[in-house]
Amino acid sequence: MEMIELILGKYNYWIYIALMMIGFYATIAKENLIKKIIGLNIFQTAVFLFYISIGKVDGGTAPILWDKAVLYDNPLPHCLMLTGIVVSVSTTAVALALIIKIYKAYGTIEEDKILEMGEEEKTPTPGSWPQGSR
Amino acid sequence: MDIIQSAKPLYAIAASLIAIVPIGISHRRPNLRETWTILASLVKFSIVASMFPVIFSGKVIEYPILTVLPGLDIKFRVDALGILFAGTASFLWIVTSFYSIGYMRTLKEHAQTRYFIFFAATMAAVVGAAFSANMFTLFLFYEMITLCTFPLVAHKQTPEAIRGARIYIIYLLGSSVAFQLFAIFLTYFTAGTLEFSRQGILSGKGSDVLLIIIFILFIAGIAKAAIIPFHNWLPAAMVAPTPVSALLHAVAVVKVGVFTVLRVIFFIFGTDLLHHLNLSTIMAYFVSFTIIVASVIALTKDNLKARLAYSTISQLSYIILGAILLTPSSMVGGIVHIANHAFSKITLFFCAGSIYCAAHKTEVSQLSGIGRKLPWTMTAFFIASLSMIGVPPVAGFVSKWYLALGSLEAREIPILVVLLASTLLNAAYFLPISYKAFFEEPEKGYAGNSHNDDTHGHSDSHGHGDAPHEEIREIPMIAIPLVITAIISTLIGIYPDYILSLARDVLK
Amino acid sequence: MNIVANLPVLVIIIPLISALLIPPIGRLNRTFSWYVAISATFLSFLISISLLDTVMANGRISYRLGAWEPPWGIEYVVDYLNSFVLVVVSFIAFIMTVYSKKSVEKEIERSKIPFFYSVYVLLVTGLLGMIITGDIFNLYVFIEISSLAGYTLVAMGKKRDALIASYNYLILGTIAATFILLGIGYLYMVTGSLNMGDLRERLPMLYHSKVVLTAFAFFTVGLSLKLALFPLHIWLPNVYTHAPSVVSAVMAATSTKVGAYVLLRILFSVFTVEFDLHSVPITKILLLLSVLAIIAGSVLAIAQTNIKRMLAYSSVGQIGYIVLGAALANQLAMTGSLLHILNHALMIGALFMVVGAIAYKTGIEEISGLKGMGKKMPLTMAAFTVGSLSMIGIPLTVGFVSKWYLALGALEAGMWYFIPVILVSSLLTAIYFWRIIESIYFGSAESETGHADYALVHNPHPVFGNRGDAPLGMLIPTLLLASLCIVFGIAAFIPVSVATQAAVMLLGAN
Repeated sequence: MEMIELILGKYNYWIYIALMMIGFYATIAKENLIKKIIGLNIFQTAVFLFYISIGKVDGGTAPILWDKAVLYDNPLPHCLMLTGIVVSVSTTAVALALIIKIYKAYGTIEEDKILEMGEEEKTPTPGSWPQGSR
Repeated sequence: MDIIQSAKPLYAIAASLIAIVPIGISHRRPNLRETWTILASLVKFSIVASMFPVIFSGKVIEYPILTVLPGLDIKFRVDALGILFAGTASFLWIVTSFYSIGYMRTLKEHAQTRYFIFFAATMAAVVGAAFSANMFTLFLFYEMITLCTFPLVAHKQTPEAIRGARIYIIYLLGSSVAFQLFAIFLTYFTAGTLEFSRQGILSGKGSDVLLIIIFILFIAGIAKAAIIPFHNWLPAAMVAPTPVSALLHAVAVVKVGVFTVLRVIFFIFGTDLLHHLNLSTIMAYFVSFTIIVASVIALTKDNLKARLAYSTISQLSYIILGAILLTPSSMVGGIVHIANHAFSKITLFFCAGSIYCAAHKTEVSQLSGIGRKLPWTMTAFFIASLSMIGVPPVAGFVSKWYLALGSLEAREIPILVVLLASTLLNAAYFLPISYKAFFEEPEKGYAGNSHNDDTHGHSDSHGHGDAPHEEIREIPMIAIPLVITAIISTLIGIYPDYILSLARDVLK
Repeated sequence: MNIVANLPVLVIIIPLISALLIPPIGRLNRTFSWYVAISATFLSFLISISLLDTVMANGRISYRLGAWEPPWGIEYVVDYLNSFVLVVVSFIAFIMTVYSKKSVEKEIERSKIPFFYSVYVLLVTGLLGMIITGDIFNLYVFIEISSLAGYTLVAMGKKRDALIASYNYLILGTIAATFILLGIGYLYMVTGSLNMGDLRERLPMLYHSKVVLTAFAFFTVGLSLKLALFPLHIWLPNVYTHAPSVVSAVMAATSTKVGAYVLLRILFSVFTVEFDLHSVPITKILLLLSVLAIIAGSVLAIAQTNIKRMLAYSSVGQIGYIVLGAALANQLAMTGSLLHILNHALMIGALFMVVGAIAYKTGIEEISGLKGMGKKMPLTMAAFTVGSLSMIGIPLTVGFVSKWYLALGALEAGMWYFIPVILVSSLLTAIYFWRIIESIYFGSAESETGHADYALVHNPHPVFGNRGDAPLGMLIPTLLLASLCIVFGIAAFIPVSVATQAAVMLLGAN
């Protein structure tokens, strides 16, 4: 009985853990740079879900002022996660911009191929970037 | 014991440090540049000498500079031991400066400005070490000396010089950081202070095991004292120009090493504590090993400077031996040997340089008959050899006498045997040189036979032009200093009282 | 509006607004972007000094953003530890900005320069925010600001390797930051508070709780990556090697230090020493990791041929010192650790600035290319020598001061065996630095390794403009930091007094 309660009662945590692991795995194991970012996103989303889920109060309603409401959910995690989502989006944006440049510079976005290409020998002179416009 | 506050120690150090700027500026005018060095050495010695009377009257001069960290002060104290060392070193710098000029110009060496600058810096650090009031200041100057002498050892910038300089710094920096610094940490933590004190600062603090470990770390960490197995840097340093070998590696750097050991023995541990820890006998045997083995190695060396280097290693351990036997006579013997060995050894190195400059010879086997061409040099060499062997009336005899007395006082007959054996060994590797020089026939085609070694340019100061063989003659600027030091070696052998009383003062 | 009372927030707002203003201003005139950056960093520096001054006179400053009471509002707290680190970071940021002008012109595309400065100032904002905030979620926000700015700056390096370095840094850094976020979440979950001071009071009764332990674990791992504690340091060598020279310099001197500061805050101000010693053997773990960092960093540095990479591994080792001091958890060691935050910032800042100057003048980045540089760039090499001697730990340099305290701290803790670690690493450091000094001043014609002309062969820019030192704009900041390495090595009592107070505060009652 206790086991069932452990699994069913805390389902929010299980979901978040599962998502987090999936995202984590994708980030590390996938070779494609974009898939890594997707993994990162899943990872971060899991954390958002975690935060929001802990803000749920039994019997509480959405944290919007309503005169018929008796109990509200905790609005703070929601606000915190808005910030978190902003951070996540910014990170994704930077990452995607990087990936575009990497593609232009290396011609591929598969990590193993990039590693094969090794460290660049020549130092390009400023103003004459070797792979087109940056 | 009265303490006098005076900034003279600082001035003595600053004299040569300040000189660096004019030396550097006079880069293009060698005579002016050399004048600065000479002036600095004269000023330095006179400041040091002016403190002699005060010390003789039994007082001590102190001068604090600043506190770097709680417990770590930079502070100067001039006491008998310090002024003996500083006086010897600064006086000999005057002589060496003249010698340097003669040497560097004869060989037309490069980078002379750098040479004179770092020489001045090193001498400032040496005097700083002599006047350190605590272990931190001493360590600071100890490391400065290592760093400032590196450019001097590497001076020639040939691959061998760089190699030699590397060994030099690995040994010196490595041992001082790995062991000496460790010992300093432990000492400060155990004693709460690093100030030198006649009673030592460690008695009654910490367990015997801890104190023995600290002592071992100190000995291992003071590689400048060239105790085997921490001696390798000294032969390696012989790649330096000979004036460097003469003043620094016969007088200044190595004496800082034994000086530091003496400070540790007398002023950090103190004679009572060392008696208590029973370190005296073990340490005495340990350095006896160096005394004998270094002399044996010296026998095998044909290169003159190498032979002198190993002789130095052996003689340095006399000083430590004298100190660690902990008897009144032995300690006096050890301390006066600081001065006696300095004057004699520098003479020997000066002679080696003279031979090199005049005849381009570096190996003992090449020295047959050279006494006829370089009579002054080889006579001085002979006199200084006698000092090393310990023959009256030259200086070395005085030290040996007291050391022998000391070993009797300590009832250590084996040590007496060691002293006798090393005397014989000294004779064995020094006397043949003088014999060869005066009594053997010169090699065939001698006058001007200079194709053997690695010299560049047939340089002599008399402008003989392109004769295939040049005359071997004494070079005045080189010969006069060595004659002076030889004479002084004799004088302090005949009238040793001045130095002896200074040595006795250390122990009061 | 009372400026003085609002200083704690102004130290953030000024750079933040400047970062926003720089791109449009830069449109008009590229140099103006540099002027704005200098002004912003300089003002932050002045404010930091003022804050330190106030703290020394009056004690802790507590500032409420928007006058909301904590723990509902965000609180900024300035105490001895904060203000000390604030001064260090803002000073370095300012000096580096002054230094950056020429270096940036050479290494960054011209049209991008205003953006560079904008993001650079954002980095500074993030770092300063991390230091001054007293709210744990606010901390996360600033961590991310500085990290994102960092990723961007690194990616602006010349070679395409910079992009990969930045990408990897991004992935690892984001994971780490997310861990920190998780840690915050767990703490919030059981305490309902986000205010550091408040947490400190609420947590002790929860020390046994698994939630708190989990939070602590996430924090430690996340922060260890940010401060590049071995073995979470792998992003660092590539980043320092391929980023633009100024970025390497600034990040080496500040980012990891601020990471260390945050770790100290979490370990000692949010959680307490009792927790660290008794509930979780974190001090033992950190001690082990710091030793590994110290040794690994030094050994790996010896193996490098690229100067920047060598300095990067050296930094990994030096960070080990900071963590070692903190993990020994006594006053002497902690003082050493805090001092090393300042001292290492000075040393590595000077060294990286020298490397940047060399890259500017000659394009050389390989150690073998430094032969005989002592004649061509005497003052710059003098700065390098001073920095190197300081790293080795010669007395009268700042490096010695840190090591002195760490050694005494180790003895005080009865763990004398850390002293050989410190000494051996000093010797290893001597190996890789002295090798360079020897080459700089005594560079011999024949080289044993045969790598003599590697730098010139593989570098398309032969030594140009070689008869001259670095330009004044780069030389003066470099010499300034180098001379401070000596000044604070001699007049050490100034930083020591502040560091000691901070250490006492961290270890004792709040």
